[in-house]
Amino acid sequence: MSRIEEILKEIRPEFDFSDSEDFIADGMLDSYDIIMLVAELDKNFGISIAGVDVVPENLRNIVSIEKLLAKYVAKS
Amino acid sequence: MPANQRSFVDEMANFKFSLARSLKLKEVMGYDTHRIVDGPVCSSDLACFGLQHLFRNNLLSPDGFDALYVVTQSPDYLMPPTSNVIQGRLGLKHDMFCMDINQGCAGFVIGLLQSFLLLNQPSVNRVVLINVDVLSRKTSARDRNSYPLIGDAASITVIERCEDATPIHSNLKMDGAGREALMIPAGGMRLPSSPDTAVVEDDGDNNFRAKDHLRMDGSAVFNFVQVEVPPMIEELLRTAGATTEEIDFFLFHQPNRFMLQKLADKMKVPYEKMPNNIVEHYGNASGVTIPMAICHNLRERLLSGSVRACLAGFGVGLTWASMLMRLGPLDFCDLVEFP
Repeated sequence: MSRIEEILKEIRPEFDFSDSEDFIADGMLDSYDIIMLVAELDKNFGISIAGVDVVPENLRNIVSIEKLLAKYVAKS
Repeated sequence: MPANQRSFVDEMANFKFSLARSLKLKEVMGYDTHRIVDGPVCSSDLACFGLQHLFRNNLLSPDGFDALYVVTQSPDYLMPPTSNVIQGRLGLKHDMFCMDINQGCAGFVIGLLQSFLLLNQPSVNRVVLINVDVLSRKTSARDRNSYPLIGDAASITVIERCEDATPIHSNLKMDGAGREALMIPAGGMRLPSSPDTAVVEDDGDNNFRAKDHLRMDGSAVFNFVQVEVPPMIEELLRTAGATTEEIDFFLFHQPNRFMLQKLADKMKVPYEKMPNNIVEHYGNASGVTIPMAICHNLRERLLSGSVRACLAGFGVGLTWASMLMRLGPLDFCDLVEFP
């Protein structure tokens, strides 16, 4: 399990995130879970994701989260 | 502020969420304790109590001001204005300009701006600005989106002309297209309150509220703040010929800790220059969070000296406003508990 999946599982242990293409549409993450997710990504990867990037498009599945992280990890 | 203090930990059981999720939320958002009124306390009750405190302590005379602005989203009545209610209850003089402003989280900056404009009138020497809300009474106790952060409070700011010619810069922006992001759908003429509007329903995210209650689209508000506030501050500083480093404090409205930390990161402002500790102590009392931040964090400093401060409020409307000014020295700066 990737670190991203582990973080997602810590936030919502009841779901299998590897199964979904859209966590938000599938009801696995609500708006506050997204905030929790961003806070955990910031902490775990030593970055600060800009507020303007905290939008569903960037956080709806593992691939989009990886793309978002790549942008910040490359910067740092 | 109301003496009645509630704790998020004690209230967690009201929300249909796991303990672990709620505790995580507490940590990231800064929820801890909040002050809310106990019983049917109205905006004018908090405001009159505060004004009487000032009168009693000779900090303000009942006939010593010429205008009374009340900024509130929770008026005592649809009519008359709450400013008139306060004037009447306290027997204030008749040649006084009383006006309500229906604004929320940007209401302190908007109230200051209006007060400054009014002070251009030769017959107006001193303006009292009251920001007040008791929105806990319109918030569902089972709505985790809003209830843990809501606070009730009033602030009273006395504004008068001074000899200091240092300019005060301000900007103000509004976008009514986002009016539904923060609203109380029922209770006005569009949808009068009725037994139907009092029915509490699940919003689909395990938050329960009625149409009579405050409704906040947290994602839309968060995104609006992150997109609009940093360029507004850049524009303000550019107009004033100031840099971020030259500002002593960024005293921003405080909806939650996470939102302010993201703004500070984006604007490259150290966290210690942008206090974010009001929600955890008192809750978010709309336009009162900025004066509360001033009293809670800067009281001693402002009683004896001054700081260069950038104020910013953002929220219902949607509305966002900022102001760059030298703040202090102040004649008084106190937090007072409503019994």
